[in-house]
Amino acid sequence: MEFARQVLVIAAKDLRAELRTKEALNASAAFALVILLLFSFAFDPDAETTREIASGLLWIVFAFAGTLLLNRSFARELPNDCLDALVAAPVPGAALFLGKVLANYVLLIAIEMLSLVVFGIFYNVRWTVQFGQLMFVLVLGTWALTIMGTIFSALTVNIRLREVMLPILIYPFLVPALMSAMQLTVGLMAGKPIGPETANWVPMLIGFNVIYTAVSVFLVETVLVG
Amino acid sequence: MRNTILFVLGIAAIVILGIDIYRIAGLPDERNQGAIFKIIFFHVPLAITAFGCATVAFVSSILFLVKKNFKYDAIAVSVTEVGLAFLAGNLITGSIWARIIWGVWWVWDVRLTSALVCWILYASYLMIRHAVEEPTQRARLAAVVSIFAFIDVPIVYFSIRLFRTQHPGPVFFSSSGSFPPDWSLILLFNLIALYMLGAVFSMIRLNQEDAQREIDSLRREAHAF
Repeated sequence: MEFARQVLVIAAKDLRAELRTKEALNASAAFALVILLLFSFAFDPDAETTREIASGLLWIVFAFAGTLLLNRSFARELPNDCLDALVAAPVPGAALFLGKVLANYVLLIAIEMLSLVVFGIFYNVRWTVQFGQLMFVLVLGTWALTIMGTIFSALTVNIRLREVMLPILIYPFLVPALMSAMQLTVGLMAGKPIGPETANWVPMLIGFNVIYTAVSVFLVETVLVG
Repeated sequence: MRNTILFVLGIAAIVILGIDIYRIAGLPDERNQGAIFKIIFFHVPLAITAFGCATVAFVSSILFLVKKNFKYDAIAVSVTEVGLAFLAGNLITGSIWARIIWGVWWVWDVRLTSALVCWILYASYLMIRHAVEEPTQRARLAAVVSIFAFIDVPIVYFSIRLFRTQHPGPVFFSSSGSFPPDWSLILLFNLIALYMLGAVFSMIRLNQEDAQREIDSLRREAHAF
């Protein structure tokens, strides 16, 4: 119970700090819009084939916009040695980590919902047909993105080339999760519910989340403290 | 003592490889593929050796985190570099074979894709090592990345296997395969030779890593004056 309270305190602190400055949120949302715009030049946005692959592109938008957001997660604590204070605070590393994950998760979901609406309008996709199942995939895929992004954000916070290292590190690790999310989203965007040919991707996504959440929570003290 | 072992292992690996290459050159061409099939004698052992390296890196990364002994960090980075080179060899030989048999350098098949993802994962391990200056922090973060990478490899493999696969199945030491047993034996000897070669390379790299650490500590001592 105490642990849950600590997680929520950290998450509330992060959300409050972010909503006051909105620096990562604005950058991330603007970046998502720009990528959505650029995709329309790479492919004919009105063609039927584009609409089929566009949902895969959507996850690339999420992944790109996500790294901008996640990069700030621990980097925000660097000025005034806030990170040292957080590590020294009487909260376990796991609570600190999960609190940050929770805050990033909420912010990332917000960015994704915004992108979805813009995507639906610009690319003429009726994404609300399978709304429930799409949200299910979104919730799972975003958790994978957030958990990996946050642990690697903690890992890269003190190193040179932080902004560059984070995407280089997390995208290869995210291959199974992003692939599952893309495969599921393509069908759902076309209006088809999760059927026998795509059902296998759901346990893959859940398995990825469970394994990496466990490993990250286990290793986060090592990453932050040593 | 270490140098003697290194020397003997190296000579033995070269001798076994020499005999194997001589025997492989003497084998008849395969009916459908011609001479190019002989690349399998190197392609497969390279992959297995690279996997062996990844396993050693995983174990020594855990040992480093538990015991905080820099010896294990040196082992991890040495075998990772050697494994990366071997995996690159595996990808290149596979690509050459694919160009001749499939007509393309690359297909997004399960094994090819997972081997490539695996290569990129361990390349990012080396990149993060370069990005961190402080030795203790570098070893700690690198060990965590190595553990993450080793866990990711099977997940990547199973996830991509949900797609259809184009890669030929195993042909050696299996009842369904068409590989004669004495050919499998050549392959096995090649595997042993490459493992020995991998061990030799890793040990040379380990010596360099030891020397580097000694230089670093001497430099720190000099600065302390």
